Formats: sequence, structure tokens, C-alpha cells
Amino acid sequence: MAEFFALIGNTWEVVRFPLGGAACLLGAILCIVGTIGVLRFPDFYTRVHAASITDTSGAGLVLIGMALMAPHWIILVKVFCIMGFLLLTSVTSSHALVNAAHTAGLQPKIGPMGRSGHEEDEEDKH
Amino acid sequence: MAYLLGTFFAIFAFWMGNSGHYKPLMLGFAALSFAITLVLCARLKILDREGAPYVRLFGWLAYYPWLAWEVVKSNWVIIKACLRAELDISPSLVKLKTICKSDLAKVTFANSITMTPGTVTVEIEGDKLLVHGLYEANTQPEAFEEMDRRCARAADPAEKHA
Repeated sequence: MAEFFALIGNTWEVVRFPLGGAACLLGAILCIVGTIGVLRFPDFYTRVHAASITDTSGAGLVLIGMALMAPHWIILVKVFCIMGFLLLTSVTSSHALVNAAHTAGLQPKIGPMGRSGHEEDEEDKH
Repeated sequence: MAYLLGTFFAIFAFWMGNSGHYKPLMLGFAALSFAITLVLCARLKILDREGAPYVRLFGWLAYYPWLAWEVVKSNWVIIKACLRAELDISPSLVKLKTICKSDLAKVTFANSITMTPGTVTVEIEGDKLLVHGLYEANTQPEAFEEMDRRCARAADPAEKHA
């Protein structure tokens, strides 16, 4: 039984670095996807939605990858602290941004747009 | 008293997890800073259920994995919306009514809405929330009922919810 656990431990030591690297890479790709969304979406409020991909899954996957590759449990605790603070603060900051825009009187674009909506609106903008 | 103990255990775990040095000198500094922090917190009178919400930790431990799965699901929707060749979105503003009573539960609910990609809380007034969503179909008030119920149960276990 002890040998079995030792085997699992050794396998984990080998496997966790590729897994962590893959998670970091996937998180980086999701950050790029969020950036593409920020560039493509039409107005401020919809861009915040695209940026929230970067906030949640992008940063989350990068941090999970770092946690998998952590050399010592102290580092692991710190990565989890960062994760907790990021989850609370990035959400609060995007709410603060949107609330400030709403208070300043920026009107969101409402209703279907793009393929299912008014094509001429899209043309007017450019 | 329970809040004081909760705060003590939280800062104890934070120090021990972050320092990594267990010599008597460092532990002495730790004890000194715990004492100063607790005295300052007590003098500021922030040791209430918002300053030390550790009793609700178990409710949140049950709630956040569910929220994480919701975040993953709606992430997938927004990733598809970002990468689709033709833009196909229908933004909308919705007014919600929440069943959460305490400020803590309302903040948890509004935070969860903002954390889920595709919906963001614009404003909170009393028990009404103004929510901006990327897809009209996903931002109907019914879509938030389950999250509202789970938030209320996680953050206000003592109060009765219909």
C-alpha cells in the first residue's frame, strides 16, 4: 500500500508541471480572447463583459497553473491568497467602473445588434 | 467574543501561511501584531458580522463551488460571443428584486452577478438591483432566482427565506 502511494506521489510530481504549464497557457489564450472581445464589442457596457473573461477564467487558470507548479506549500498559500483577493477586487472594480458610467449618464445600447439586428446601425458607426 | 476568536484564527492562519519562519523571535512578533490588530479592531468596533463573517464560512464553502461552475458555463457563452465571425449580441438592462435581507447577502449576490461573465450589476438601491446583460435571453429575472436563493441561504443562515 505504501509503495502504491509512493507511486502516485512520484507520478504526480512528474505530471503536475505539464498540467500547470497547460493551465497557464490556456489562461493566457483566454486573456487574448477577452481582449479580442473588448476590441469587437460596440459600447462600454458590453466591453466590460468581455473584460470579465480576462478577470475570471483567464486570471483563474493562470493562478491554478501556478498553484500546480508551486515548489513549496508556502507558495501555494500565497497563490490562494492572491486568488481570493483577485476574485473579490476585480469584480468590485468592474462594478465601480460600470456604476460610475451609469451615474455619469452614459446610456447603454439596448436590443439585438449584429447579425440578428439592424445592419444599418453597424454601418452608421464606421 | 466569537467574532474576536474568529478574527484571531483568521489572522493566525494568514500569518502562519505567509511567513514560513517559526523561530521564537518571529513568533513573538506574530503574537505582538495579533494583539495590536485585535485591540485596534475592537476599538474601531468593526468586529461585527460583516467584519468577521467566519460563522458563514461553511455556507460560502457550499456556495462558491456552485458559483464557480456557473462562471465556467457562462464564460463559454461569452467566449463564443467574442470569437463569432459576425457579432450577434442583444444587450439589455434588467431590474431585479432580491430576497436577500442583510447588506452582506446583497453584496454577495451582486458580486456573484458581476463575477458571472455576461452580466454585471450596475446599481443597488434597497432590494432592487439594476443588471446589464450581454444576452437578453440570459438576463430575465427568472435566471437569477436560484443564485438569489443560494446567496440568501449562504450569507444569512439565521433568517428565514420563503
